[in-house]
Amino acid sequence: MDILFDLAERYNYAATIFLMVAGLYIVIARGNMVKKLVGLSIFQTSVYLLFIEPSKIVGGTAPIIDPDFSVYSNPLPHVLILTAIVVGVATISLGLALIVRINEAYGTIEEDEILNNGDGG
Amino acid sequence: MTPEALVIAALAIPFVGAALIPLFTNNPNARETVTLVTAALLFIIVVAIAGSLSDGAQLQAVGIDVFAGIAFAFRVEPLGMLFALVASSLWIVNSIYSIGYMRAGDEPRQTTYYVCFAIAVGSAIGIAFAQNLFTLFLFYEALTISTYPLVTHKRDAEAMRSGRLYLLLLLGTSMALLLPAIFATFALAGTLDFKAGGILAGTASGATLALLLFLYVFGIGKAAVMPVHSWLPAAMVAPTPVSALLHAVAVVKAGVFTILKVMVYVFGIDLLQELSATDIFLYVAALTVLLASLIAMTQNNLKRRLAYSTVSQLSYIVVGALLATQLGVIGGAMQIAMHAFGKITLFFCAGAIYVAAHKVEVSELDGLGRVMPITFGAFLIGALSIIGLPPFGGLWSKWFLLLGALEAQHIAILVVLVISSLLNIAYLLPIPFRGFFGTAPEGSPQATGGIQEAPLPCLIALSVTALGCLLLFFFAEPLHALAAAIPLR
Amino acid sequence: MSSVLPHLPALQVVVPLFGAVIAAFLRRGAIAFVVALAVTWLMPVIAATMLWQVIETGPISYAMGGWEPPWGIEYRVDLLSAFVLLLVSAVAAAIMPFARQSVKLEIDESREAWFYCMYLLCLTGLLGITITGDAFNAFVFLEVSSLSSYVMIANGLDRRALLAAFQYLVMGTVGATFYVIGVGFLYLLTGSLNFVDIADRLANVGPEQFSAMVAALAFVSAGVGIKLALFPLHAWLPNAYAFAPSFATAFLAASATKVAVYLIIRLYYSVFGGAIDYAALPISEVIIVLSVAAMFIASAIAVFENNLKRMLAYSSVAQIGYVTLGIGLANQAGLTGGIAHLFNHAVMKGALFVALGCVFFRVGSCMLDEVTGLGRRMPITMAAFAIAGLGLIGTPGTVGFISKWYLAQGALDSGSWLLVFAIVASSVISVVYIGRVVEVVWFREPTSKAVIEASDPPLSMLLPLIALTAAVVYFGIETSASAGLASRAAEILTGALATGVPPPGAPQ
Repeated sequence: MDILFDLAERYNYAATIFLMVAGLYIVIARGNMVKKLVGLSIFQTSVYLLFIEPSKIVGGTAPIIDPDFSVYSNPLPHVLILTAIVVGVATISLGLALIVRINEAYGTIEEDEILNNGDGG
Repeated sequence: MTPEALVIAALAIPFVGAALIPLFTNNPNARETVTLVTAALLFIIVVAIAGSLSDGAQLQAVGIDVFAGIAFAFRVEPLGMLFALVASSLWIVNSIYSIGYMRAGDEPRQTTYYVCFAIAVGSAIGIAFAQNLFTLFLFYEALTISTYPLVTHKRDAEAMRSGRLYLLLLLGTSMALLLPAIFATFALAGTLDFKAGGILAGTASGATLALLLFLYVFGIGKAAVMPVHSWLPAAMVAPTPVSALLHAVAVVKAGVFTILKVMVYVFGIDLLQELSATDIFLYVAALTVLLASLIAMTQNNLKRRLAYSTVSQLSYIVVGALLATQLGVIGGAMQIAMHAFGKITLFFCAGAIYVAAHKVEVSELDGLGRVMPITFGAFLIGALSIIGLPPFGGLWSKWFLLLGALEAQHIAILVVLVISSLLNIAYLLPIPFRGFFGTAPEGSPQATGGIQEAPLPCLIALSVTALGCLLLFFFAEPLHALAAAIPLR
Repeated sequence: MSSVLPHLPALQVVVPLFGAVIAAFLRRGAIAFVVALAVTWLMPVIAATMLWQVIETGPISYAMGGWEPPWGIEYRVDLLSAFVLLLVSAVAAAIMPFARQSVKLEIDESREAWFYCMYLLCLTGLLGITITGDAFNAFVFLEVSSLSSYVMIANGLDRRALLAAFQYLVMGTVGATFYVIGVGFLYLLTGSLNFVDIADRLANVGPEQFSAMVAALAFVSAGVGIKLALFPLHAWLPNAYAFAPSFATAFLAASATKVAVYLIIRLYYSVFGGAIDYAALPISEVIIVLSVAAMFIASAIAVFENNLKRMLAYSSVAQIGYVTLGIGLANQAGLTGGIAHLFNHAVMKGALFVALGCVFFRVGSCMLDEVTGLGRRMPITMAAFAIAGLGLIGTPGTVGFISKWYLAQGALDSGSWLLVFAIVASSVISVVYIGRVVEVVWFREPTSKAVIEASDPPLSMLLPLIALTAAVVYFGIETSASAGLASRAAEILTGALATGVPPPGAPQ
């Protein structure tokens, strides 16, 4: 019961872990390359959450010093994740571009079909 | 030139020769001249080094530090001097012989052949003058690799198969056993330098040293102690001058030389005497002496018979080293030279028979001696020297080995040596006897007179080495002096 | 000059970055090549100058944009990073002349400039990972180098190159993401991203957060493990190397995995080393077991490979096993062997892959049965292949021997004779796969028309090959520059390791 209680208390982490594992599972289990990329994207998104959650303080604002506010969120992880998102976008678009080329070259984007043709090695 | 410069010159000359030979690919006469001039130069320089060494001093040649305590360095000491003399003198004869043999057989890839030969001899000189185990190991591997193209000279399936066995056994043992041994030596002694009296004394327990001895004896695959001997008979597919190189000039001699060097300068004979494990390997070597002789008797192929004879004779040297007495070491060192001259004569003769009559089986030789008297005469001389009968050089090494066995009170070894000599008679002497006294089969070329002696260069070479066997009996003193000057403590 | 010197750390990364942009705008392959060549040849000069500075005056710290560490991004050059910078840039500079002809043959003319752009970006990323002192910045550079290398690989002639690039992309991204997760944990634990600062703060982390620290270690290990192709995370490597354009293969094989190894050494020794007593965790054992498995299994696979590029790729996996073995041994001699092997392996594999590039340039194939008898047609190329192959085997007188010697010494220092034998026994397997090629190439008669008509490639391809092959022998005899520096770096690194109680404020 304690575990459930802990989980409920830290539901955000639970969501992060769920996304992480689900994304990784899709990457491994799916033969369709687009789906693989979807999984990869979900997997990466979970990391964005991992960074953002702890740095956001309830009621906190952007760290612009102002006498009206005394609670600030940590800006650094936000900046980092902004970078990570850019990297993620680049990765996914490159991956999709590769899939287009693979589709042109092989006529399929199913990994199994390509490998079964004896052309994977 | 200073002695140091001479040593460097001796090391460099074979490699310079190897670099020059390909320039004359299209002019065989010039190419062979380069080989001969290189060989002659090398011999002169080695003799000059020997002359400057006559007072027994050791000569340190400069080297480079490779890393922490390990140097690429050279030093001339009596044992290495002896080996260098043998290798460089026999290279000349072997080159003369090669010219006759290769041209008579119209062999392909002669340039590669002479280049690899020069590199192999250069590696042998490097082994002889190595100041430490690292340098020795470096040239040891270079020798293996440079002889591989020679062993596979024919390039047919059988040659390639034998070449693979050759490479795998020699490289395999050296990397899997010898290298760890060298490494352990460094870990224990903190140095790899060869020192009189050894560097391992008092560094480890008897069991560790026994393991080390095991690694050295079997890791030095070129010494062909059973069961790592099988590359040697397999390598018989090579042309005869290559067999001569393997058996007399460089390869196996480098093996037993390394064994002697390790026993004398790494273990030290005092330590070997204390070690109880020494006897085990002594008996392994003695067993090799006997077994290889017995196998030799069953071989009908002439070169294979000689190969097993080599396996047997090499273990004489290992026995000499493991007897761990001064007389044993002297006997072992002298056996390097004596066996080299004897065995090279035998191989030259086998090659001459092949070139002239295309015979490879012992049973085909009946009556051949009467049409090839010089060849079979030389064979007889070589055989007698190997057996150890006077008036030939082989006697002396056997003599000192027997004395060494007595000194160490190993009566069993004494018996083995005597039995083996009898076996030598049994498998070597029938060959010239068949040649001289056998009846040539009806219609065979030797009966109808279709066979002549081998080409002149071959005859010159085998006569010179046969003469060498004889001279080594009467003028063995310089050799003995060199062997006796090996510092043991 | 004096105004440039302080900014060398920034220039090391910024110059190739701008070079990439210029190359992209030029659109003409030949001009882009000149840019790439100029940039690449400048890199080792900068790296060598910094190495000299580090040796003379100690580590260099450069505050990027004037923001002081630990708040801003710090570029930090110590002995290890200077060594790896010089290694990557020097090998790249050596290979570069080879690129012109090879790229011209294998890459469509309209894409040549883009290819050089990608190459320069990849170089930027690799140098950036090595020079940065910031955990997240390292991730960004990791992705810069990875994304550009996916593109380079996808440009291979064979359509399987596309598949290989995609597979690498998926695995590489998973790996990089794992690394970020680890960095996230570290940030949560310490509130810092600066390696030195993290190390300082980790030493003061309480025991209740120890498991979080171990989790961070596990995530970065797995993530970087994929990047460096640690067995069994190597699945992407053989195909990627086999089907990439020859130049990309030579460059990546010589540099990419090396930089990943650098990152893991940095993390293990400089970041976690002061806080976690490795003796208390089975990390060493795991790494050693995986390394030995790589040395044997990957080598054994290489023996049965018909595609020579794939054969060398598997051999790379095995050779990385030697490097990680040194890391796992975690003692002075072992780590020296590992770091020295980074350099030695880069030189050898560079030479071998350039040789194969030359073969492909002339014969149009890298399959073993299609290069029969090539030795006499391309004597210089194949002789270089044989010599570099000897280095791979570890024959004395070549670089391979030096690293194996130190590794064996490290194994002995940790009391394991078994490992000493594993190191030498695995070398024997490499005798087989190298010997097989040498035999086919040198000791058989040519059969195919392509081989009979082949000859040594043009000088621009031969010179890099000769230079690298000469380095294989030179650094096997004169080791003060390779193993000497590696030994000093290893001394600093192992000195920072915690033994027993975490020291307060562990040094960098």
